Amino acid sequence: MIPCFIDQLFPQVGIRMVEIFERLGHEVEYPMDQTCCGQPPFNSGFQDEARQVAVRVLEIFKSAEVVVVPSGSCAAMVKVFYPELFQESPQEEAAKELAAKTWEFSQFLVEKLEVTDVGASFPGKVTFHDGCHGLRELGVKGAPRALLEKVRDLELVEMGEAETCCGFGGTFAVKFPQISTAMAQVKSNSAEESGAEYIVSNDASCLMQIQGYLDRQPKNEIRCFHLAEVLAKNLDKTE
Amino acid sequence: MSQYTSQFAQAAEAVTQNTDHRSFLQTALRGYQKVRANTQARFTDWQTARKVAAEVKWEAIENLDTHLKNLTERLEARGTKVFWATDGKEAREYILSVIQEHDAKSVVKSKTMTSEEIHLNDLLEKEGFDVVESDLGEFIVQLNHEAPYHFVFPAMHLKREEISHIFHEALGTDETYDPEELTQIARRVLRQKYLDADIGISGANFGIAETGMISITENEGNARLTTSLPKVHIALMGIEKVLPRLEDLSLFLPMLATAGTGQALTGYNSMIGGPRQEGEIDGPEEFHLVLLDNHRTRLLADPEQRDALRCIRCGACLNVCPIFKNVGGHSYGTTYQGPIGSVITPHLRGLQDWKHLSQASSLCGACTETCPVKIDLHHHLLRNRRNAMNEKPKFTERVMFGGFVSMMSRPWMYRSLTKTARIFDRLMQPLQGSWLDPFRPWRKTRSLPPVAKETFKDYWQNRQK
Ligand code: SF4
Repeated sequence: MIPCFIDQLFPQVGIRMVEIFERLGHEVEYPMDQTCCGQPPFNSGFQDEARQVAVRVLEIFKSAEVVVVPSGSCAAMVKVFYPELFQESPQEEAAKELAAKTWEFSQFLVEKLEVTDVGASFPGKVTFHDGCHGLRELGVKGAPRALLEKVRDLELVEMGEAETCCGFGGTFAVKFPQISTAMAQVKSNSAEESGAEYIVSNDASCLMQIQGYLDRQPKNEIRCFHLAEVLAKNLDKTE
Repeated sequence: MSQYTSQFAQAAEAVTQNTDHRSFLQTALRGYQKVRANTQARFTDWQTARKVAAEVKWEAIENLDTHLKNLTERLEARGTKVFWATDGKEAREYILSVIQEHDAKSVVKSKTMTSEEIHLNDLLEKEGFDVVESDLGEFIVQLNHEAPYHFVFPAMHLKREEISHIFHEALGTDETYDPEELTQIARRVLRQKYLDADIGISGANFGIAETGMISITENEGNARLTTSLPKVHIALMGIEKVLPRLEDLSLFLPMLATAGTGQALTGYNSMIGGPRQEGEIDGPEEFHLVLLDNHRTRLLADPEQRDALRCIRCGACLNVCPIFKNVGGHSYGTTYQGPIGSVITPHLRGLQDWKHLSQASSLCGACTETCPVKIDLHHHLLRNRRNAMNEKPKFTERVMFGGFVSMMSRPWMYRSLTKTARIFDRLMQPLQGSWLDPFRPWRKTRSLPPVAKETFKDYWQNRQK
């Protein structure tokens, strides 16, 4: 599953994920009819609207063996909130089935495929940002770090505020831009203090927020990358 | 937009611009987190403790009627006067009548957020009584004529120099930055107040149904003096504060201290089971317990969010909340700040007026993760959003999400939007950041990536060829 904003704004994240799976010998399918998981209306309190979008997702991914999402936030929507959204509705079972076979990208690699070394190399000092939905709804904490530790030439450093929200939060970021920006500042300062050159995360939306903030800072050298981009770096070298 | 919404937005914006204040706040709370982590580690298993605590509180709330009956009957048997207040007005009027009955002049209070909730001081001061807060933090904010900043640390926003200045202005004392000396100043003033006071008003941290007692936990000894020196003691307690058994305190007292301040146990823990009994040498002649509903039963009637009544007001959810840490306590404009305040204020004071607090959240879940009694805080914010929209959908958002659904339900439309967005991106470039830019709230402080030249869908399509 490729979230809509990854499709439109960060397609390279999806492409890199596909490359990684294919290199590991898996067959990847992408149902062209997919659009959005319904999170924006859901988080704004419009549950009927969210259901209308989500019902399509249930249908589109019905026949898939497993569904992998390169976003903790969208994976959490499917895994945690779909069953709640369809509670006591005709789709309740379908929602539970989809939830059970849906995985966040890093967790899928480490826990399901039991792969930590994908054969990548990436020179640089990296700090990992825990996206809130991945961390607290899905319990993603060790998996991305296990993967990063196996990347050649990569030095992983922890920042003090690794688990602190970056301030994105969907419509929150536009409804309360100042609070959202203040949160991005806390996050960025902490990354800077860690001495990292790169901030890596499993959520492109968080990275859009952090990079967006960093781009406006006069003296900034930190760059943001999605985990899939790092894990797909220089794959060939190690073949 | 309700008046509260715009007040919140303005106040919050001002604090986000105040880098000094934010970093002061964040440094203080980082300190708290460190101390708390150490104390938490002294529990054999903090996660199990949370689970047990949640279950005990669950049992208490599910059988609230029985527990309250037991609590009050046992207190009454020892001569306590119990008053059930449906709302703030009833509670205020009752307390006022007790004070008037005793021809009292001065009132000393120990920290009670419930009295803040019903704006008791406003009434008492208006009626001409001398009311003094005896908790150091409360004393400071009272002298400074402001509301508590945080319901556990009322004066945490003030630096030493500011406190010194407040004392200097209000009490005429010499300026000093020494915390010892500042405490001594407060102590000197307060000692006399205890002796003069006719009435002592306190809150209650827990009410024990089994034995008919209230439990008060504190660090300064001021609650002990407030509840025992004056002739009359009035305790004000929310109905949700009840615990079934005395032994439950062996979990809840250390848990509240740990989550609240990072202490293993607070300095003073008192149990009060009634007024002075025959043969006893101290304690008040009269003890009144005011049990406050004030719309708590509304929450009780909501099976989905009832667990919010488990709250023991430890304040931990505020201390870890990135919103609180960046907007500060006063911005909320509520008695209960932070995540728990955002969850319950709509129930206590009206959903439409207070729904903005549920929207002002990134739903990060740090609160839920930390809450010692496992309240599903951040999901309740989502539920408040849903309830608010079901009750009164916002027109613009409904239109927007209507359009959103029809686009997301039609892949061709979705793809043509991509193309339109690309053109739009280009057309809008000269207007970026201006008033005409629909992304202005974002772009004002952050860059926004353009729509990709080749989307993932394009990539996949090309690949299949
Ligand atoms: S909601 Fe939980 S964390 Fe927040 S004050 Fe209440 S008990 Fe403490």
